Amino acid sequence: MQESTVVTQRPASSSLYAVEMREIYKAWPGVVASDHVNLRVRKGEIHALVGENGAGKSTLMNILYGLVTPDSGEVLINDRVVHIAGPRDAIRLGIGMVHQHFMLIPPLTVAENIVLGNEPGGLVSGYQRRRANEEIKALSERYGLPIDPNVLVEKLSVGQQQRVEILKMLYRGADILVMDEPTGVLTPQETDDLFAVLRDLVKQGKTVIFITHKLREVLAVTDTITVLRRGKNVGELITRETNQREIARAMVGRDVLLRVEKEPARPGAVVVQVKNLQAQSDRDLAVLHGINFEVHAGEILGIAGVEGNGQTELVEVLAGMRKATGGQITLTEVKDGVAGPAKDITNIGASNARIAGVAHIPEDRRESGLVITESIVDNSILGRHHWREFSRNSIILRLKQIASWANKLITEFDVRTPSAVAAMRTLSGGNQQKLIIARELGSNPIFLIAAQPTRGVDIGAIEFIHRQLIAQRDAGKAVLLISAELDEIRSLSDRIAVMYEGQIVDIVSPEATEEELGCLMTGSSIVNEV
Amino acid sequence: MFLQVLGHVLITSDLWQAALQFAALLLLPALGGVISERSGVVNIAMEGMMLIGAYAGVMVAVATHNILLGVLGAMIAGGLLALVHAIVSINFMANQTVSGIAINIAALGLTNFLLPIQTNGQGITALDSSLRLPQAALGPLAHIPFIGPVLFQQNILFYVVVLIVILLHFLLFRTNIGLRIRAVGEHPQAADTAGVNVRLVRYLCVVSSGLLSGLAGAFLSLGIAGIFNQDMTAGQGYIALAAMIFGKYTPFGAAGACIVFGLGEALSPRLQDTGISANLLSTLPYLLTLVALVGLVGRTMAPAADGVPYEPAAE
Repeated sequence: MQESTVVTQRPASSSLYAVEMREIYKAWPGVVASDHVNLRVRKGEIHALVGENGAGKSTLMNILYGLVTPDSGEVLINDRVVHIAGPRDAIRLGIGMVHQHFMLIPPLTVAENIVLGNEPGGLVSGYQRRRANEEIKALSERYGLPIDPNVLVEKLSVGQQQRVEILKMLYRGADILVMDEPTGVLTPQETDDLFAVLRDLVKQGKTVIFITHKLREVLAVTDTITVLRRGKNVGELITRETNQREIARAMVGRDVLLRVEKEPARPGAVVVQVKNLQAQSDRDLAVLHGINFEVHAGEILGIAGVEGNGQTELVEVLAGMRKATGGQITLTEVKDGVAGPAKDITNIGASNARIAGVAHIPEDRRESGLVITESIVDNSILGRHHWREFSRNSIILRLKQIASWANKLITEFDVRTPSAVAAMRTLSGGNQQKLIIARELGSNPIFLIAAQPTRGVDIGAIEFIHRQLIAQRDAGKAVLLISAELDEIRSLSDRIAVMYEGQIVDIVSPEATEEELGCLMTGSSIVNEV
Repeated sequence: MFLQVLGHVLITSDLWQAALQFAALLLLPALGGVISERSGVVNIAMEGMMLIGAYAGVMVAVATHNILLGVLGAMIAGGLLALVHAIVSINFMANQTVSGIAINIAALGLTNFLLPIQTNGQGITALDSSLRLPQAALGPLAHIPFIGPVLFQQNILFYVVVLIVILLHFLLFRTNIGLRIRAVGEHPQAADTAGVNVRLVRYLCVVSSGLLSGLAGAFLSLGIAGIFNQDMTAGQGYIALAAMIFGKYTPFGAAGACIVFGLGEALSPRLQDTGISANLLSTLPYLLTLVALVGLVGRTMAPAADGVPYEPAAE
């Protein structure tokens, strides 16, 4: 089957593969990131490169773009063996890359960002604004990517920024476009727009390599799939002949439960009440404009929204890490179905919030969840070090008790580590996250805040984490889930609050369609046109 | 009494001439700082580069009996010291503030050590006027009342500095090279993936800051003072640093800040008749620096990647 496709698609005289990577080997100290990987991308196709975190997708693409030098193996572009020593070589060979974290410079204009490194007039010339703008306009018309070249990039939405990234590649004459996790930050509508653009680009003769871990998108837009697992190529699939289960099995190496199984929620009394909550960003601008919601005992309230609409700040205020400039947060303990007195926990600080019963799985585990260079034992009592069972008078640590506590967490939450004294940074992302969750749940909280709980975590661990969140709900806790993954929000939440520009625009049931949620996420209310 | 004297002093062209001269002197290292930090390398070593420039300028000028070679020597000395900073902070990714402090201390020690050796313990005597950067009156313009002496009867390097400010502004904000410098200072990874050679840009910018600071040293020793003394820069490189921040990392902004500080320096000797301690008055420019940093500027926005070493294959 594959053979015949190969024959029929061969163009008359030109090469068959736009990109061919042969036996690519790259090892970092302690890890083999790319273990004799082969990758073949046909001209004019959208080729998915899928795999879990750490499977070696980014390493492979960074090698293709010259950011990483392989230890061995060869790269062919249009059937010619090439040596790519840096991005300059890659650009010359017609390779363009849109990185997961955009490579844009916020205080510069769209045009300046696009032409940077390839400016009209050459290096020793004044910056020719008019010419740059004209060239960009021509490009954006040709590929249907409208943009104002004079706007500062920092004023653009994420979707528009991505458009600038694509134009940047096209401006450099790229024929091979590498998109690294391009949909992670987009709304569903923006994702659809992106797919339309990609299909259009392929029609105009471009080749696209699409890195992702979202299986639905792979099926929606790609032609061929290469699956990587632990640095190895474990298979090539033809999109229209496969399905999500098969891809997931190839990625993980075993069958995976893609759907979350849960009983209907049995919500109880209100545990968390947030009234007219306001707060400022790090730059002293108002980011929360009067947030109102409540979380009941025994339910998961999901907060959906495009990143950067105040979710981060909301979580920080709730966890006591950021000052509220107005409004109120109250916490009520519900025991055996009976609500206790409501406690005001507004601005009481992170330490007191923990004492009051708030547990917090932070969105950035390296930044605020762990001290990455220290041991599992030390990390297991972060924020609880002053508890009576862990220290005498909050001064002298009880090392024995702490060690047995850490070992208990490791066993109960299946944290894979050689030992409890191993440094946190030697663990995989999934295991780091498991330890945080173990620690946070271990304090038997009243209210659990889970911010991006499965970010950068492999599919197996995601399954585990989801089960834990459901278990907390079923144990009668109030759970607040904040996630950029709409699928995660929809499958776990009992109610979904949609956040846009620092406000909750609506609270809907999890049966709401993706389109409806997408509309709310961009600030428009649900319209029943289509 | 004090206010009367101040009012009187403020309208003399003599004061403003001196103020602008100081301003021009401070501006050279301040511009050096602007170009270095715009490319993302923190540079607090202008003090040391200026000092070594002042020293090298005099030694070369005396040895060769050629003022131009003296100026050139000053710039090269400053540039070489900057090259050390560049290697340490770009290649070895060391802490840029520590490197800067080390360079400043090393420059002071080096000049103190070399001076007696190279002059047989005599020190430098006042330079012959043929070895000094001359004052230059710009024709009829120099005769305009007040403005003439203030703007057009200055040291020859003053005019050079005015030219450099304008050129640097143009370079940074109106040319492709400037676009690359700003890109590298804001987001080196973005610049790198766009095909800009991050290290090269940073090297050139840091070395340029040394050339400019070295030139300032020549201005000081060969121009204003006509002599080299131990530690003759006396913290002016640091004031230039403050001017750079006060001026929000722009050439014209730095120029404005330098005029304020220059005025402070020019005022202090002229207010001594008021009965206020000369020692106290000489702290005026430094106090002004503090006030400017705390009160007027507040949080300035440094280039986003300022002081962050760039590692190409991070991850």
